[in-house]
Amino acid sequence: MKWAVVVFPGSNCDHDAAQAVRDVTGDMVDLVWHDVTDLAAYDAIILPGGFSYGDYLRSGAIARFSPAVDAVAKEAAAGKLVLGICNGFQVLTESHLLPGALLRNDHLQFRCETVELIVENHTSPFTCAYRPGERIRIPIAHGEGRYYADETLRQRLAADGRIAFRYADNPNGSVDAIAGVLNDRGNVLGLMPHPERAVAAWMTSQDGRLLFESMHRFVEEGSYARANA
Amino acid sequence: MREPTPEQIRDEQIYRSLGLTDSEYALVVEKLGRHPNYVEAGIFGVLWSEHCSYKSSKAHLRRFPTNGRQVLQGPGENAGVVDIGDGMAVAFKMESHNHPSAVEPYQGAATGVGGILRDIFTMGARPVAFLDSLRFGPLDDVRTRYLFEQVVAGIGGYGNCVGIPTVGGEVQFSPTYRGNPLVNAMCVGILPADGMMRGTATGVGNPVFVVGARTGRDGIHGATFASAEDPEEKERSAVQVGDPFLGKLLMEACLELIASGAVVGIQDMGAAGLTSSSAEMASRAGGGIEMVLDHVPVREDGMTPYEMMLSESQERMLVVLERGREDIAFEIFRRYGLEVADVGRVTDDGRLRLCWHGEVVADIPVTALVDEAPVYERPIAPWAGPQLEDIPTTLSIRDAWLQLLAHPSVADKRWVYRQYDTMVRAATVEGPGADAALVKVPGLDKAIAMATDGNSRYVALNPKRGGQIAVAEAVRNLATVGAKPLAITNCLNFGNPEKPDVMRQLSDAIDGMAEACLALDTPVVSGNVSLYNESRGVDIQPTPVVGAIGVLEGIQRRIPSTPPKALIEEHWSDWALWILGREDDCLDGTLYGELAVGRPVGDAPYVNLAEERRVHDLLQTLSAKSMVVAAHDVSEGGLAVTVAEMLMGVDAGGEIECADGFNLHGWLFSEAQGRVVVVVDRARAEALGAIAEAAGVPARPLGSLAEHKQIVVKLAGQSVMTLGIAELRQAYEEAIPAAMAAHIQGVAEAGD
Repeated sequence: MKWAVVVFPGSNCDHDAAQAVRDVTGDMVDLVWHDVTDLAAYDAIILPGGFSYGDYLRSGAIARFSPAVDAVAKEAAAGKLVLGICNGFQVLTESHLLPGALLRNDHLQFRCETVELIVENHTSPFTCAYRPGERIRIPIAHGEGRYYADETLRQRLAADGRIAFRYADNPNGSVDAIAGVLNDRGNVLGLMPHPERAVAAWMTSQDGRLLFESMHRFVEEGSYARANA
Repeated sequence: MREPTPEQIRDEQIYRSLGLTDSEYALVVEKLGRHPNYVEAGIFGVLWSEHCSYKSSKAHLRRFPTNGRQVLQGPGENAGVVDIGDGMAVAFKMESHNHPSAVEPYQGAATGVGGILRDIFTMGARPVAFLDSLRFGPLDDVRTRYLFEQVVAGIGGYGNCVGIPTVGGEVQFSPTYRGNPLVNAMCVGILPADGMMRGTATGVGNPVFVVGARTGRDGIHGATFASAEDPEEKERSAVQVGDPFLGKLLMEACLELIASGAVVGIQDMGAAGLTSSSAEMASRAGGGIEMVLDHVPVREDGMTPYEMMLSESQERMLVVLERGREDIAFEIFRRYGLEVADVGRVTDDGRLRLCWHGEVVADIPVTALVDEAPVYERPIAPWAGPQLEDIPTTLSIRDAWLQLLAHPSVADKRWVYRQYDTMVRAATVEGPGADAALVKVPGLDKAIAMATDGNSRYVALNPKRGGQIAVAEAVRNLATVGAKPLAITNCLNFGNPEKPDVMRQLSDAIDGMAEACLALDTPVVSGNVSLYNESRGVDIQPTPVVGAIGVLEGIQRRIPSTPPKALIEEHWSDWALWILGREDDCLDGTLYGELAVGRPVGDAPYVNLAEERRVHDLLQTLSAKSMVVAAHDVSEGGLAVTVAEMLMGVDAGGEIECADGFNLHGWLFSEAQGRVVVVVDRARAEALGAIAEAAGVPARPLGSLAEHKQIVVKLAGQSVMTLGIAELRQAYEEAIPAAMAAHIQGVAEAGD
């Protein structure tokens, strides 16, 4: 399968994401500049962490107007896998490919540490290699990661199994300790933690590997073709 | 407003406000053969400032050893470069941003980080890590808490956004820094050993470009203010404002441009902006530069040549390109949305010539500005020697142990470093909290080790020995994780050099550091001097800060500061604590002494450079043989703090036995150098002892690990006291968060 990592001006986890995908799956990965208008050649697209356009105005608020995000929306509609990590998650909520919003952490500080997550949905294309309810350790690094959704949306997300991950110990004040959410079709995931920073023995954890393996398996085993049949 | 004429500058002594003394002005007139105009006088003022010219320290800095097989580039360039093998090299440098941070802490710290970042990628290196060495007054002071909070936020605000992890550093708190905090930022980059760039303007006729941000009126006189005034009186207008987003784009664009091969020379516009970058690039090439200032992209209308030359607007670079390949630069910089302007040419007449509106507004010999800047042999006061005094052991062991762990200089710094992105670039093997940080080299099974250190109490008590210790401690941190030390950079933060006592501290500290560098084979390859660190006429304690670099061959061989819990919790009794190095029970120079008496007391702690070297070599042997599962050096707070940190880290208890014939207070709290505590499998302890003996390092079984979560101290086989790990942990972990909890202002410019 073939992956794209979109590079916005100010992205800074683009190479990390590409390297993690290569190391874990052995797949081809292209870094594509934010002015790309067609991403049809890719099976999976990653919007990486960083500070797109300096995160001026509001995190992800400017990136949503880039040509690449239009192309991402098109592929998401076609059922391709789209993964937004950290700033990528913020871009996905700003561009309404995912519901809710990401606000300033409740303690108002940037927070970087390896935290424990609970896998709430183990059947999505992004989480199918994890065990149900598995507790995994993944680093976070963000100042604006407090997920917000109103009561109606929270109930819907929970009822539809669209909460992919929750924090075991909420580090930022996210509602219902939500760390990652899926779109209604299940092919777009946004999460604040950085799975690409947890893929090698010498890192603080290797628990991020299964996320990329899940995506690889999902595409290679044709589940994605079946889902679109 | 019209600028003063050359005659007015002379008659009204306007040059004084530009940072020139009467004798320096006379020297300018002599070098120039006429009276300088306002632009020229301003240029001399900044380039001859302490900040740019090192005029008080230069004569002494020459005593640093700067050579070695590992050195690819020593002092004099934007950063030093050392060989790490396999065709790769590391560029690194540390720089102070003390004065701006005292006035406007967020931007002062942020632009310090941005400035040192540019120095590294200027060398053609991909920046991979930041470390920060910070000093503040006590946290009981509201302004100190504000400075601390904002400096940390500023470092994170810039570093997190540019996507370079902050992997280490230290923070110390002492009344000496109450009115004058220190902010020293270090950046480390990786480059191919044969791919180094230099800041030279060679090739007559080659075009000179200003790239990056537009030039504004911010930071004018930053360099002269940094050198001459009390922070209390400094103007905010002299502090620059950083834009990390622009800094990130500039870094990517410059690295791409350098990779194209079209760059002849490149230099950051740091202190004294366009003035120092152009003069220094011409000076290194032994030539000249001619610039047409009308072409400099400016942020506002009506800027004068004086303002353009002295502006310290951030995120700008001066680049000399190969003639005929300019299009490459235009293509790259336009793609990143950055300014690029052709502003001049390289010449061979040895002059810095500036034109504006068709007229020559400055014409100065480059050598006069840079190479022939004044060098002062300032008077040095004699030294009476260390104070010899008895240090009372009035503070009980239990109280001291808890107070030391709760002292913010010793206490857990998680409150600080969890505000930094320590893992971006996905190459951090060991981040903050370890003895030394480790960052993996891409594609190789090797890591760069890095650490900063510097204890002003030792230097204040005995400048030469304090200088030795600053180097020994930083380098020992590298060896403790198993790395081979290679070289150092430093920031020499001292008081007013016009005071003979301060010059004595500076001179002696440099001698001590130089001796340690020779003994430990870690030459000085870059550095920075920050003088006039004083507040209301009182100088800070002399604070040389050392940033050390080493290389670890084989990621698996790293030695953590606490043993892996999974490994030891199966059979606690299998693991022994050993102490390597000469044991000691002298309280000279200790934090214990300072807590007991209320000021630094006695001489600086014991250090012996030959013994120190043997300990470092032994640690590398232990790493290569995978003999120990943890190592942590003895530093501030003594053995008591070292053992507590090691055990808290793995949530274990332990027993330690005082060596025969030692005073227990002294043995627990001495800060004598050259000691490291290791954890070893009992089955290999005998082998460890034999290896240490062969290496000429004293080694003794110190005690054992235990499941009971208490530290038991024994004297002559008898248990003399017990302290709970939970109690120690509470003191250690809650000190800084508790001090800062009441102080949430929430003004950090965080994003992501």
